[in-house]
Amino acid sequence: MSRTSRSEFQGVLARREKRLAYLLLLPTFMLVLAIVLLPLVANFWISFKPVTLGDLRPPSLIIKEAARGTIAAPGDAFKIEYRFRNSSMKYPLAEASVRDTLPDGFTITALDPACDIISEAGARSIICTLGDLDAKARGKLVIEAVLRDPLKVSKDILKASKPETVFTAQNVMTSFDFTIENFEKVFSAAEFWNVLKTSIYYTVFGTAGALLFGLFAAQIMQKTFPGRSVIRGLLLFPYVAPVIAVAFSWVVLFDPFSGVVNAMLLQAGVAEGPINFFGQRKVDISVFGLTIEFPVALSMVILFEVWRYFPLSFLFILARMQSIPADIYEAAEMDGATPFQQFWFLSLPFIAGILAVLFLLRFIWTFNKFDDIFLLTGGNAGTRTLTVNVYEQAFAISNLGAGAAVAVVIFVFLLIFSIIFIRFSPKDAG
Amino acid sequence: MTGMFASALTGFVWVALWHLVLTMTAILTMGAALPLALGPAALAGLVAGVFAGFQRPASSRNRRIAGIALIACLLFGFSLGAPFDPAGLLDVWQRVLLLVLASAAGWLSIEKTVGPATAGYMARYAAEEFYLRLLWGLGLMMFVLIVAVPFYVMVMTSLKSQQSLLINPLDLSIDYSLGVTRLLRSYIELFTDYGFMTLLINSAVVSVATVIITLLFSVPGAYAVAKLRFPGRQWLSGSVLLIYLIPAIILVIPLYAVFSQLGMRNSLFALCIVYPATTIPVAVYMLRGYFAGLPSDLDDAGLMDGLSRLQIITRIAMPLSMPAIASVALYVFMIAWNEFLFAFMFLDDVKLFTLSRGIVSLNSSEVPRQHLMAGAVIATAPVLFLFLWFERFLVSGLTAGSVKG
Repeated sequence: MSRTSRSEFQGVLARREKRLAYLLLLPTFMLVLAIVLLPLVANFWISFKPVTLGDLRPPSLIIKEAARGTIAAPGDAFKIEYRFRNSSMKYPLAEASVRDTLPDGFTITALDPACDIISEAGARSIICTLGDLDAKARGKLVIEAVLRDPLKVSKDILKASKPETVFTAQNVMTSFDFTIENFEKVFSAAEFWNVLKTSIYYTVFGTAGALLFGLFAAQIMQKTFPGRSVIRGLLLFPYVAPVIAVAFSWVVLFDPFSGVVNAMLLQAGVAEGPINFFGQRKVDISVFGLTIEFPVALSMVILFEVWRYFPLSFLFILARMQSIPADIYEAAEMDGATPFQQFWFLSLPFIAGILAVLFLLRFIWTFNKFDDIFLLTGGNAGTRTLTVNVYEQAFAISNLGAGAAVAVVIFVFLLIFSIIFIRFSPKDAG
Repeated sequence: MTGMFASALTGFVWVALWHLVLTMTAILTMGAALPLALGPAALAGLVAGVFAGFQRPASSRNRRIAGIALIACLLFGFSLGAPFDPAGLLDVWQRVLLLVLASAAGWLSIEKTVGPATAGYMARYAAEEFYLRLLWGLGLMMFVLIVAVPFYVMVMTSLKSQQSLLINPLDLSIDYSLGVTRLLRSYIELFTDYGFMTLLINSAVVSVATVIITLLFSVPGAYAVAKLRFPGRQWLSGSVLLIYLIPAIILVIPLYAVFSQLGMRNSLFALCIVYPATTIPVAVYMLRGYFAGLPSDLDDAGLMDGLSRLQIITRIAMPLSMPAIASVALYVFMIAWNEFLFAFMFLDDVKLFTLSRGIVSLNSSEVPRQHLMAGAVIATAPVLFLFLWFERFLVSGLTAGSVKG
């Protein structure tokens, strides 16, 4: 085999392998594209649009048909009325028309000027051209008729044929109707900066707390003792259990009236009255004459975050620590290093990489966290973070555009974090 | 610092702490309104600590019995004969049990913490070891308590009735005289009146479907990234996890809008599309690591024997990586089972609610608290059961492959 044909052969193989790889990845790629990447772009699109929750139902032409007068004996005069209206309060309908099949057995004496009668294959139809309808526009079409054959015509028969409508409606989502009002609204709101501040407090303290607790737990669980594996399993419970269950357990546990913690504090004489842990914005604490405003609900939410996510840090730190070779500790022992020195100079450098990765990942995830705060406080009492604000704007105030604008702000922050993350993440971390 | 001081400190801390913990346990399990008086216990512990400082180094059985007896006597004496309930709310056996437990736990903790330290001056090494032992014990106690208490309260509240919760929130004791049906009334009502069977089935259907779809998509994808050469491979394996950093809250508005307009928002099918999209990237990441560890010779041998690549995946790669696939499956199941945001946003129809969505609607002033907690137990039990059953798998899969927030 000559050199060229051999390399050609390899080229064919490589191409085939390439094609197969793309084929295997295609489903994943398509799904992620459809559910993650396109919505991400769509979110930018929506953030520049004046869309509310109500606009999701597209505008349509609503027709009500009614027959007036008596329809009993031949020669009875009656009217057929079509009432129409544009269902949208904001958007017009273009090129609207109505078509309805009419039964035989009556003669039309007067026709609305917008309408025509056509016959197709022996059946009569009426077509009325309504043209462009403004938002909320409504009107009436009237046909006068005289009955010929009572067997073929009745109110029920007339109603039985449903009028068909034709129109072109502008879909708000796809129209080119843009505004920057959403962003103006988001940034000008006085609470926005509070929300941002809350978000940052929550993220920084939540992440740091979870990491420190995880580190502490890992130090404890590194020692072998009877029942260790049971306790290790127990420590992972908060992370594994559904957020809905643990969040509501906390709510019940700290309930001001029927909660265990409040009752316990009252019993011990520590508190004078019930404390509404998740409902109280702040409490004044005076230390040496200085009055400090302590944010109660926010601290509780942060505490929950720490409680729920320390197991994750614990697990990773423990796994890393168990991979540290034991002989370096023996060597340190020989050299007279004390336990704290061993921790500070040996263990810590070994786990620094995983700590950094955990910090950045947890930082981003805590920043993105929605469920926990939403379930604990609903974003009240000074615990509204950016993510809760997205929900608030989009679904509670039903302004989808403003919600999307807040989501864009989140995304920008996220991008900054990610750049930092990629820049500084240690390469050996796993 | 001298060993004597260390051991006195130890006694002071431990006996007071155990007294506190046992009093709280007694309050919660027996429903008696006991006072939290730590003074006598701290004092008794201090004396016992000094005793432990003198009596060393051997930890013989006699010394242990003497120590426990000493604490018991001191507790009894310092508190004027009523170490736990001055008001006399408990039965005699309960008081004796509490006293014995407090003394034994206190003494064993002291023994463990003081360890081999001597009564005289402690060198830095010994002092640090002592502090670490103290910290270790305290830390262990704290972690177990903070994790266990909310779950304990969750289970116990679900077995109570509304009146008894309001009369005495601290009484979480189980009244066995009520009988099984009265005790489990909240659960029975959830299943009969609140349609929890439907919720359970919906959750199970969505979770299992998510697992199946995720595996169907991610196994070939992960194999391609791990074993095949193609342009963009490096970039792909690096960026696949970036998807995971995108928060669901950003995606929820566009997905809500589009799914609403397509008329498929309020359906389990919508969840079965959205959930896999969020789990597949992690699954690919976790499986990729495992596939990459399989020797390529096996693939080559398979190719030589005339297998196609797809057959290699199903007949060689998959059977060999069953542990990894199992852990991914469990992990994805848990994510789908626990998911709240999309279920909350998408589902309007009570018949389609998943457990998460259904339990949120229990959080209202009209539904009694014990129903909410019973719902929480029902949602938690299956995942905790799965987790405990497959813990080894999961823990290694989690730490080897990836992380989740």
